[in-house]
Amino acid sequence: MIPAPFEYERAETVDDAIELLGARDDAKILAGGHSLLPLMRLRLARPSTLIDIGRIRDLSYIREDDDVVSVGALTRHHDVATSEVLRRACPVVAFAASQIGDPQVRHVGTIGGSCAHADPASDMPTVLLALDATLTVRGPRGAAREVAAADFFKGLFEPDLAPDEVLAEIRVPKTTGRGWSYLKFHRRAQDWALVGVAALAGNGSPAAVALTNMGERPLRATGVEEALAAGADLAAAASRADEGTSPPSDTFGSAEYRRELSRVLVRRALEEAMAR
Amino acid sequence: MTRVDVTVNGARRSADVEPRTLLVYFLREHLGLTGTNVGCDTSSCGSCTVLLDGESVKSCTLLAAQVDGRDVATIESMATDGALHPIQEAFRRNHGLQCGFCTPGMVMAAASFLRENPDPTEADVREALEGNLCRCTGYHNIVKAILDAAGRGAEGAE
Repeated sequence: MIPAPFEYERAETVDDAIELLGARDDAKILAGGHSLLPLMRLRLARPSTLIDIGRIRDLSYIREDDDVVSVGALTRHHDVATSEVLRRACPVVAFAASQIGDPQVRHVGTIGGSCAHADPASDMPTVLLALDATLTVRGPRGAAREVAAADFFKGLFEPDLAPDEVLAEIRVPKTTGRGWSYLKFHRRAQDWALVGVAALAGNGSPAAVALTNMGERPLRATGVEEALAAGADLAAAASRADEGTSPPSDTFGSAEYRRELSRVLVRRALEEAMAR
Repeated sequence: MTRVDVTVNGARRSADVEPRTLLVYFLREHLGLTGTNVGCDTSSCGSCTVLLDGESVKSCTLLAAQVDGRDVATIESMATDGALHPIQEAFRRNHGLQCGFCTPGMVMAAASFLRENPDPTEADVREALEGNLCRCTGYHNIVKAILDAAGRGAEGAE
């Protein structure tokens, strides 16, 4: 299967990419291409132009500041997964990156591409939501805005990005001293999550729990978080995992199966986070 | 058309290609390097695995244009002067193949993996192969072969 024809442009800088986006109808940014190219091969996506940002070196970095770690949007999953800084300061992000796809996918796919694709079955958006991460979006004429993860993932394949905006950076708070977990359930090693759970707990801050593939976007398990804040035990809190969710039904599992999975995985993830 | 200048198996190759040309078809149809197989065509099976700057990638999910200026190594680069690469030799010794279709991808995935982890456990090897499917289900001997290659210091791939 070969993608339908398209124009190919190479951007040398982010501003270059933004200008090209503004000048073309129906153009898409190509980062690693590991979400976009499979869709184009199936002709589920048919952009007129691909703007390849893969060579913009200054979009690939992992930088440690006082309370946060900043990750350039073009940083590959492999580099996130093996980053000593992230493994120490925010291990849930490094671990989740190591669970994406397979080694070949992680050698090419990028954290920014995964976020901008906004697939509710992908792992990193859920982790960023649980962490209250911040995303930096750049637009025309030097404009830049900061978006909370809770606002960025708006819907099914729908990030908070205008047609002439580019996701530039992901900023995650350090989780020093907090327990963490990311668990996903899938049928085969490289499959998308049927359901996934990110959990952070301990060190005096309220527990945070977020869900993969339980609706049209990653969701916070607010029922679980409320129950834990009110002093409920783990099992009772986890039984509220699917409150407010709308999981899909497909050949791999019914919505009801996913609801049950979410309750089980939330309990396991909280147990793991609290033991860490 | 897009100009692509790429080093393939140590030689500079240039071509004007349609932007939609995937790397695997560039290798197979433009350069005649048919050792890299197209299996599932959906980024799942890993038969099309090649090394890009020394790291395993799925050549069915990259545009040839994306690898402009970079270094690609295919299965054809592994044996030198008629002698099998130590990883290939380990596959032969351990009968790490049945029909052989997935083998080029398995060998290239193993080359990349052993460079990242020269002293793996069996569990490490099994996990490292999550992106490569063998429809003969011959995983056991493939894992044995990669452990054998590691034990003989085969990490210096290419």
